[in-house]
Amino acid sequence: MTDIPPRTLFEKVWDEHVVVPETPDTPAVLYIDLHLVHEVTTPQAFDVLRRRGLAVRRPDLTLGTLDHSTPTTPVRTLRDLAVVGESAAGQVRRMQENCAEFAIELLAFDSPERGIVHVIGPELGVTQPGKTIVCGDSHTSTHGAFGALAFGIGTTEVGHVLATQCLLQRRPKTLAVEIEGPLPAGVTAKDAILAVIGEIGVAGGTGHVIEYRGSAIRAMGMEARMTVCNMSIEAGARAGMVAPDDTTFEYLAGRPRAPQGAAWDAALARWRALASDPAATFDRSVALAGARLKPMVTFGTNPGMVVGIDEPVPETGSDGRFRKALEYMQVSPGKPLTDTAVDVVFVGSCTNSRLSDLEQAASLLRGRRVAPGVRMLVVPGSQQVKRDAEARGLHEVFLAAGAEWRESGCSMCLGMNGDTVPRGKLCVSTSNRNFEGRQGVGARTVLASPLTAAASAVRGRIADPRELFDGRGEERH
Amino acid sequence: MQPRTDIEPLREVVSRTVVLPQDDIDTDQIIPARFLTTTTREGLGRQLFHDWRYRPDGTPDPEFVLNRPDAAGCRVLVAGNNFGCGSSREHAPWALLDYGFRAVISTEIADIFRGNALKNGLLPIVVDGDTQRWLLAHPGAEVTIDVAASTLELPTGRTVEWPLDAFGRYCLLEGIDPLGFLLQHAARIDTFERSRSWTP
Repeated sequence: MTDIPPRTLFEKVWDEHVVVPETPDTPAVLYIDLHLVHEVTTPQAFDVLRRRGLAVRRPDLTLGTLDHSTPTTPVRTLRDLAVVGESAAGQVRRMQENCAEFAIELLAFDSPERGIVHVIGPELGVTQPGKTIVCGDSHTSTHGAFGALAFGIGTTEVGHVLATQCLLQRRPKTLAVEIEGPLPAGVTAKDAILAVIGEIGVAGGTGHVIEYRGSAIRAMGMEARMTVCNMSIEAGARAGMVAPDDTTFEYLAGRPRAPQGAAWDAALARWRALASDPAATFDRSVALAGARLKPMVTFGTNPGMVVGIDEPVPETGSDGRFRKALEYMQVSPGKPLTDTAVDVVFVGSCTNSRLSDLEQAASLLRGRRVAPGVRMLVVPGSQQVKRDAEARGLHEVFLAAGAEWRESGCSMCLGMNGDTVPRGKLCVSTSNRNFEGRQGVGARTVLASPLTAAASAVRGRIADPRELFDGRGEERH
Repeated sequence: MQPRTDIEPLREVVSRTVVLPQDDIDTDQIIPARFLTTTTREGLGRQLFHDWRYRPDGTPDPEFVLNRPDAAGCRVLVAGNNFGCGSSREHAPWALLDYGFRAVISTEIADIFRGNALKNGLLPIVVDGDTQRWLLAHPGAEVTIDVAASTLELPTGRTVEWPLDAFGRYCLLEGIDPLGFLLQHAARIDTFERSRSWTP
């Protein structure tokens, strides 16, 4: 019936969005179905439009939020949110003006739908299988969990999409990452993706789109798949994808901006055909055994410098970067990180700020206290996550344990909004980057799962969450 | 319609090098996130490599390579393996350009950084390990970068090619703004939107 050769999920989505095919001389013109915009990476792009007298081609396919520079201090009503710093306040104001001028919907401080851009897209149901999705943010890879082709772009490209709804792109290569077998108790999606990055390195995915496959991925819920796809960029891959399946469809059904009625049935038929054909081939592939995975923690200054929580930090080689990283982190080689004193614990970010992440953290905090001297921040990914968590009483668990319960935003992941880790202090963080100074000048970041973060908060030192399991069901994640 | 230009044509860079031998120099080192609250692209050179360049009291660290007198006027940065990983912030190439750099040389350059650099006229130059090791060992070497031939010439006379696709080369040499190129496809985009079997 057709002579189309077997194709991967990525190839199917790519092919369907080619407006003008690539040639040896010119890249493809690729159509974008959803453009998410936030305050940090857009003002210069709107300026280009104004300077050239251009309109936004499809404001209806563009959705704005405020997340990076926004405060997360608890307030009575969101209108009370006061942006920290004149520059950040100016950026937030500019975003509001730009969205008003170019007729773009903005989920601003008074919107109950506001949140981190990569949390709200899926939550509203605007992130859907088979779409091309971009945002001026490298963690746009998160949306690939739905079988969308989603990647981060720079501000010049934000301008391209605003003006033309298209991007100039060369087709990337494909990389299959297979994780087979169930994950052991206490091992989460965060641990799985940290293990993948440890395996292939921070540049291992450069030039590739990853497709995560295998029974461990299939068994994951959507929020766990988002955590995995979110960190694709930390392996150098611009995008990570998971084939949509019943888990995906169940998550999307009934979401406010997902297709409804007959449109839902039509969409479902289209989405079911997206999975990679059985005979499709990838340019490269990597396999990990799920059963061998452990809770993971980073010890250095990039996400590829990672070990199992009970494993020793590798002995340094001749690599100068490695020695410098250990020095910065004040970490000794040859010993596990457990028992290292913790100053701050951050549960949040586009990697781990959804309801299931907060439930994981709460499961270990229930009936326990954050250790004296440790500051713990819990920052929900969106106002919706905040409401859902409060409806389940999770905020009471956090507050009773002595943690802070905040408004939504990017917060201490990158410290743009005043939520920072002091110089020299160690933070166990559920975020995505442990780069030098990422969470504050001189801050030392250890990336980990929400379980490990919560266990470390309780113990006041980096702790294996499995030590705190006492049969109350915390281990089932 | 001739695409309008937003960038200066770039044919050649002849300059001494500055060497930063670290591997995996990420975008948070190039420009820390706390400086991203700006709404313009100008003036970011002051914050380039900020936390490596300045001591906690705000004074320049004399040990850092960019603060040494012989770094003045250098337009080519040689880095360890894998430069520019991390965020999509275009502020990273803006900061490098505003400081005065026109090219970055490494054995690998992260995808988003590479794309952002090219669109702003900062040359992302990927070379083999031998060439990089020579450059790392010879800070201040005068190199010649030819965009049309996409070559890098060392003072030893050795010339290596670096990957640059035809479109990137065309845009750099002619100062073409890719947005103009995209806008020329408006009719094709209209047709695409009308002919889709589903609407996003």
